[in-house]
Amino acid sequence: MTEVLRCILHRDLLLALRNRGDVGTALLFFVIVTTLFPLGIGAEPALLRAIAPGAIWVAALLSSLLSLGRLFAADHADGTLEQILLGAAPLGAVVAAKTLAHWLVSGLPLVLIAPLIALQYDLPARLHGVLVLSLLLGTPVLSLIGAIGAALTLGLRGGGVLLSLLVLPLYVPVLIMGAGGVEMAAAGASAQGHLLLLAAMLVGAAAFAPWAIAAALRISAE
Amino acid sequence: MLEAASLDCERGGRALFGGLSFSLRPGELLRIAGDNGRGKTSLLRILCGLLPPSGGEVRWNGSPIRSLGEDYARELVYFGHAPAVKDDLTAAENLAIACRLAGNARSGSEVSAALRSLAVPEAAVAKTLSQGQRRRAALARLVVSQAIPLWLLDEPLAALDPQAARLVEGLIEGHIGQGGMVVYTTHQEARIEGRVVNLND
Repeated sequence: MTEVLRCILHRDLLLALRNRGDVGTALLFFVIVTTLFPLGIGAEPALLRAIAPGAIWVAALLSSLLSLGRLFAADHADGTLEQILLGAAPLGAVVAAKTLAHWLVSGLPLVLIAPLIALQYDLPARLHGVLVLSLLLGTPVLSLIGAIGAALTLGLRGGGVLLSLLVLPLYVPVLIMGAGGVEMAAAGASAQGHLLLLAAMLVGAAAFAPWAIAAALRISAE
Repeated sequence: MLEAASLDCERGGRALFGGLSFSLRPGELLRIAGDNGRGKTSLLRILCGLLPPSGGEVRWNGSPIRSLGEDYARELVYFGHAPAVKDDLTAAENLAIACRLAGNARSGSEVSAALRSLAVPEAAVAKTLSQGQRRRAALARLVVSQAIPLWLLDEPLAALDPQAARLVEGLIEGHIGQGGMVVYTTHQEARIEGRVVNLND
């Protein structure tokens, strides 16, 4: 079984490497959206510092949504999905590996570039750690929840819009905990509670989302 | 042994076939015949477990395939309408990955030999291959799957030139000869002896 999971992970990363444009788009989108806020609101440091956690987190949410459409659509179109459904490993484990690969190419770059983005908002350096940690715990949850939506809307006309409507409300708790944690730290309180809740969401999503994704894929593949 | 027990299939509110029963023993070949839209592809998808039948069940060695899950998937090769070849991977990478996914990992030399036997350029990125070459690259999976008992092939001969079609027919006959089971559909003239299930009746 681990052989199959390694194979999926390796394959998806290899495909991402051959299609660097696709991966770059989500990251570039994140950078551009987070740059639009300071440009539109004006260079008022106190205001920028105040909106930084929310703005960065909302941009991460939208960027995650942008890359979700690709998660299963290509495999569905070329018939690979059928072969994955008929693979030798439990489907839940296979989609977990696929979602991990998706997060590595679309979520992790956002986490890594976040401190650089934070500079634009004049976010104090002591908050960078909390911001990165909150994104590190939160973006995998976005990928896992989003993958359920992506699997459900697979092959539907206008699936992209439906996916946003389906998934964005489910992102709200992650947004509140993620941005809230950074705001707590900015106010001088401890962000621990928020981060622990994010970690709990991650554990919960990692445990249950793969089975929901698998069930949704089976329905979509009929 | 593969058994289909009074299978019903309904797609989009329209009954395609009903009460279809047959069984397939090792060394047997079954061709599914029928006009377009009679449910040949649906029947194959039901047999491999991708599509649940509206009624009846499929049994593998006596157990319903729903309860076997991936244990059944390991015993079969399904070749569908879409060739399941990734555009951005080379023919060799495609085949190696398809085998590993199916739990039938193969060495690099076996993969190369399989592709060579169907005259597919192994180092070529799949998007540079022609439609027929892509089908061949996908069918190369059969060359390395002789040990997997059940083959379910949907139009394996489509888009192939006569020479490649004969090679694939040879693979099917070889598999049957070794005690394998094959269910396939084709619009080409059938040149391999075997039983026929006609969905037109």
